[in-house]
Amino acid sequence: MLWNAILLALREIRRNIMRSSLTALGIIIGVAAVIIMVTLGSGATAKVTKQISSLGSNMLLIRPGQGMHGPGGRQSTASAFKVEDAEAIARDISGLEAVAPSATQSMQAIYGNENWSTTAVGTTNAYLEVRDWPIEKGRRFSKSELHGGKAVCILGSTVGNKLFGGQDPLNATIRLKKLSFRVIGLLKTKGQSTFGTDRDDIALIPLRTLHRRITGNTNVSVIYVSVLDGVSIEMAKKDIERLMRERRHISQREDDDFNVMDMREIVKILSGTTRVLTGLLGAVAAVSLLVGGIGIMNIMLVSVTERTREIGIRLALGALEREVLLQFLVEAVVLSSLGGIIGIMFALTTSLVLSKVLLVPFIFNIGIVFISFIFSVAVGIIFGYFPARKAARLDPIEALRHE
Amino acid sequence: MKAISKISGRPLIEIKDVSKVYGQGQAVMHALRGINLQITNGDFVAVMGPSGSGKSTCLNILGCLDTPTLGTYLFMGIDVGKLTRNQRALLRRHYLGFVFQNYNLLKRTSSIENVELPLIYRGLPAAERHAYSLNALKAVGLKGWEHHTAGELSGGQQQRVAIARAIVTEPTVLLADEPTGNLDSERSRETIELLARFNRDKGITIVMVTHETDMASYAKRSINFIDGLIVNDKLQETS
Ligand SMILES: Nc1ncnc2c1ncn2[C@@H]1O[C@H](COP(=O)(O)OP(=O)(O)OP(=O)(O)O)[C@@H](O)[C@H]1O
Ligand SMILES: [Mg+2]
Repeated sequence: MLWNAILLALREIRRNIMRSSLTALGIIIGVAAVIIMVTLGSGATAKVTKQISSLGSNMLLIRPGQGMHGPGGRQSTASAFKVEDAEAIARDISGLEAVAPSATQSMQAIYGNENWSTTAVGTTNAYLEVRDWPIEKGRRFSKSELHGGKAVCILGSTVGNKLFGGQDPLNATIRLKKLSFRVIGLLKTKGQSTFGTDRDDIALIPLRTLHRRITGNTNVSVIYVSVLDGVSIEMAKKDIERLMRERRHISQREDDDFNVMDMREIVKILSGTTRVLTGLLGAVAAVSLLVGGIGIMNIMLVSVTERTREIGIRLALGALEREVLLQFLVEAVVLSSLGGIIGIMFALTTSLVLSKVLLVPFIFNIGIVFISFIFSVAVGIIFGYFPARKAARLDPIEALRHE
Repeated sequence: MKAISKISGRPLIEIKDVSKVYGQGQAVMHALRGINLQITNGDFVAVMGPSGSGKSTCLNILGCLDTPTLGTYLFMGIDVGKLTRNQRALLRRHYLGFVFQNYNLLKRTSSIENVELPLIYRGLPAAERHAYSLNALKAVGLKGWEHHTAGELSGGQQQRVAIARAIVTEPTVLLADEPTGNLDSERSRETIELLARFNRDKGITIVMVTHETDMASYAKRSINFIDGLIVNDKLQETS
C-alpha cells in the first residue's frame, strides 16, 4: 500500500510539474530566507563582539566626570586627573597588569609637503600593553625619552601612510604643532573601531613631552588600566573607585565625580543590540516563510477542483480513503522536503558567498536549518494534505461532480 | 469472487423501492421514484429512456458510487446501504467496472496509466498490470496510443480509454453509461460487439445506458426509464 502510494504520488508530481515546482519554490524561498538572514545576522553579531573584545575585555577606563561619553562626547566639568593618580593606582592596587595615563590633543602632522591632521596621545609604554597594541617597526619609548620629555613619536599606520606613503618613516623628523619630532616606531594596523572611527589615525608621544611642550599643564584625561588574567575585574573596579574617592576627597554622601568604565559592559550592550537585530531579521525571515506557506496554500486551493475530481476518480475505481490520503501525504512530504533541501543548500551557498562579501564570519547554525526545514515541511503537509482529506470524505459521485 | 455469485440462487443485483431525491424545498428533484429491478448473473441489460429520466442516477447507485435516498440495494445478496465507505470501495475495486458518461479520466495522465489505475488498487505487480492494460487498449482499438495523455485524445478516443479502464479488471458487473455516445457508427458497432463478446465469453454481467435502439438490440434485455420510473422491462432476441 505504501509502495503504491509512493508510485502514484511520484506520478502525480511528474505529471503536474508546474504545480509541483511552484509548491517547492514557495518552500525554497521561505527556508532560504530564514537561513540566510539568521546566518548573516549571527555572523554580524560575532564580528561585532570580536571587534569589541579586541578593545580589551580586561580593560578599565577611568575618566573624570560622570556618565558614559562616546568618543567626542561632552567634556566634564570635574577636575582632571594628574599623573600622580595613575601612579597611585599602579602602586596601591593589586592585580593590575598595566596602568597608562593619557592626554590627547588634536594637531597637524607635517612631513615635507604632506600634511595630515591627527590626534596626538601623550602616554607611556603601558598604553601599548593595555591596548594590546604591538609595534610593527622600530621601538617603544626609552626611559630617558619618557622622563626627559623628548620629542619622539610612534605613529599609527594611517598617519604613517599619509605622511610617508611607501617610504620608511623610522628616524625621519616630522612636525607636530610646529615642533620637530623624531619617528622612533610604527604601530601595527588595528583597523576601524566598532563605532567606525579609524583607530590607526594616531601619534603617540611621551606624556611628559605633551605636558611640557604642548598643553602646559599636567592634566590626564583618561587612565587606561588592564587587569591581570584571573583577577576579578569587578574587584579591581571597586578598589580603583575607593582609591579615587579618597584621593579626590569625596565624602560618603556625594556621588563619584569620575567614572570607571568596564569594557565588558560595552561588549554586553553592543552584542545585545546585534542579537536583537538578528532576532528581528529572523522575524522578517519567519514572515517570508509564512508568505511562502501562503503561496503554497494558494496553489493548493487553485488546484483543489482538479484534485477533487482526481480523488473522485480514484475513489470510483476502488481506492480507499486512506490510500488516497497516503498518496497525497507522500506527495506533500516529497515536495516539501525536496523544497526544504534545495532551500537549505541554496541558503548555505548564498550565505557563504555573502559572508565573504560582507566580511562577516560564516556561522553555521544547525538549529535554524532544522527549525526552518521542519516548519516548511509542516506547512507543505498541512496545505497539501488537509484539502485532500476533505475531498476524500465525499461520496465518489459528489467528488466527481465538483466544479 | 466469482464463487459468491455462483452459490447464491438470488439475483446478482436486487433493487427494492429505490428512490433518489436531489435538493430540498422548492428545488427538490425526484430523480428516481421507487424502482424495483433484479438482474441475474450473466445478463446483458440495455437501459433506455429520455434525457433526465434517471438512467445515470440508477447506474451510479448500482455502481456503489452513490447511495439511494430510500429503499434497499442488494449486491450479491449484500445490503450495500449497511456497508461502510471502505467496504463499498472494496466492492467497486473487486467486482465493479464503470464507464462514465463523461469518461472521468486523469487528463494529464497517459492512456496506459489511466487503464492501469484500477489494477494498481487491486495490487497487481507492475509487469502484469502493463500486459493487461496493453491488451485492454488493443481491444478498444487504441494500440499505439498508450503514451498519449487523455487530454491529447479525441472525445471518442477518451471514451474508449474509459471502456478499456473498466474492462481491464474483468469485473463481475460492468456498468456503462452511454459507452458509445461519442463514437461513429463503425466504432460503436465494434465497441458494442466487444462488450457482447465479454458478456458471452467471460460471463460478465453488463448494464448499459444507451439512446440508440440498434445498440440496445445487442442486449438480452431492455429497460425503459421515464421520469424516474421503470415503465418497460422486456427480454429481447439478440442479434
Ligand atoms: N447532483 C444532482 N443534483 C440535482 N439534480 C440532479 C443531480 N443529478 C441528477 N439530477 C437530476 O436528476 C434527474 C435525473 O438525472 P440523470 O442524470 O439520472 O438523467 P439521465 O437519464 O442520465 O439523463 P441523460 O440521458 O441526459 O444522461 C435530472 O432531472 C437531473 O437534473
Ligand atoms: Mg445520464
